[in-house]
Amino acid sequence: MKATAVPTVIRPMRLAERFPILQRTVRGRRLVYLDNAATTQKPQEVLDALHHFYTHTNANVHRGVHTLAEEATAAYEHCRERVAHFLNAPDPRGVVILRNTTEAINLVAQSWGRKLQAGDEVIVSEMEHHSNLVPWIMLAKERGVALKHIPITQDGELDLVSYRKLLSRRTRVVAVTGMSNVLGTIVPVAEVAEEAHKVGAVVVVDGAQLVPHEPVDVRTLGCDFLAFSAHKMYGPTGVGFLVGKPELLEAMEPIFGGGEMIREVHLDRATWNDIPHKFEAGTPNIADAAAFPAALNFIEELTVEAIRAHERDLTAYAWEKLQSLGGLTLHGPADPQRRGALISFVDEHIHPHDLATVLDTYGVAVRAGHHCAQPLMRKLGVVATARASFAAYNSREDVDALIFGLLAARKYFGLA
Amino acid sequence: MSSRPEVPLDELYREVVMDHYRRPRGRQPLSKVDVAAKGFNPLCGDEVEVALELSGETIAQAQVVSRGCAICTASASIMAEILPGKSVTQAETDAEEFRQVMHGKPFPQDRELGDLEALEGVKHFPVRVKCALLPWMTLKDAIAAFRRGERHAQTTTE
Repeated sequence: MKATAVPTVIRPMRLAERFPILQRTVRGRRLVYLDNAATTQKPQEVLDALHHFYTHTNANVHRGVHTLAEEATAAYEHCRERVAHFLNAPDPRGVVILRNTTEAINLVAQSWGRKLQAGDEVIVSEMEHHSNLVPWIMLAKERGVALKHIPITQDGELDLVSYRKLLSRRTRVVAVTGMSNVLGTIVPVAEVAEEAHKVGAVVVVDGAQLVPHEPVDVRTLGCDFLAFSAHKMYGPTGVGFLVGKPELLEAMEPIFGGGEMIREVHLDRATWNDIPHKFEAGTPNIADAAAFPAALNFIEELTVEAIRAHERDLTAYAWEKLQSLGGLTLHGPADPQRRGALISFVDEHIHPHDLATVLDTYGVAVRAGHHCAQPLMRKLGVVATARASFAAYNSREDVDALIFGLLAARKYFGLA
Repeated sequence: MSSRPEVPLDELYREVVMDHYRRPRGRQPLSKVDVAAKGFNPLCGDEVEVALELSGETIAQAQVVSRGCAICTASASIMAEILPGKSVTQAETDAEEFRQVMHGKPFPQDRELGDLEALEGVKHFPVRVKCALLPWMTLKDAIAAFRRGERHAQTTTE
């Protein structure tokens, strides 16, 4: 369904013009924004959609019979339909609108988790973001469930041989990232899911990094639950999604009670609304959800395939440039076909924090730290890394600015 | 339009700071440790270990080992240099005053704070303030542990 007859070619400089924030300067220099794995910038049409909601449509959803209430509800539900369409999900009822990826994973861990008993096992990988690790640690603590870990190989890929050995009839959940936010590794989710399903486990995928950068079709991805956030894909903050198989969502209990999620309430008992509404207690983030389709339109206009091709080209270019500098350790798979649009690296002599500060004075925004993946940092034997992550609007000139800043940092610290 | 005043990088990495970063002082192990504390900044992964040898209420020797960025390392080195000879109460006051400097108060005058003034520029880089404070917060926890009659403490800056 996403096949396009004519492949789009991305012209990043032209694209950047559609992002007002990319026109500003930082410390007197052009902003070179390379922290897209944390959050992407938003194009004018998304900002317009937000503004339009509050200036034309604002009302609460799913109640009230007045015009605004009807229009707000339609805008909110349109977001659900657009997300289902974007991911080729068979049924919009399987799309739960939440705050972010973290909330989506917590919902599965807390709700599906109630079905687990002491002695059951949950498998996660060593490269998980805390958001796909801590909810399972909490569940393990609460219910006496054992947590098992898929190791990673030297190249930063999942060790699938070890994974198969971890699987057993006790395995109830396999929770993995679709793409590592530190290593960039793209995980073979379909393969992981197929093995998990053989032992009757459900598969949860943290798609926060995957969905913005790779074409995703939930029918072929193979997972049971997919979590991701709007703000990492040109959309507003405060909206995330859990896309689940409707029959599984139906078998789950809500974890938050309140308005919206009920059908009938008595003083001492209540029945739940249908899916997905039973998981959406309280007034949702209507405005941001209403604006998100504008971001999906932006992506579909370019096509995910073209975005991926552009980002792979950029990542390969950056990898080669960084590699040729020497004195840097680059983490994750070297093959650009096996990695997403980011590179984590450590300079032999400059701490990532110092590096990020110097780069900032050149207008270059990168992330420095543990990237919410402390166990992975320990495994890599580093306390922190610097990370450059790309989006459709980044250009080779942006990579060149990063390299220039890096060389300047070395000079500044008396190393070059 | 920009919300932050454009303070030059040299304000952060002054010559004295860079000197402490390149040749950190006070890393030698002590022959006798009366109280020790370990500090950790979960944001960047920086670690500081403070060990004190005490003579009554006076710090006789200090060992400060840091694993972190230039600012954290320099702050640890400067702290190790100025601690010996101070009472634990004075050291606590120094730590608190330095914390206030990092949050905008003027640098205190007439104090024996060695090269610490060189770190004043860090206050213009708010995200780096914790780097400068980690050794001092670890010191405070070590002293608090000493007062409780304990020998170890663990610090996390959040």
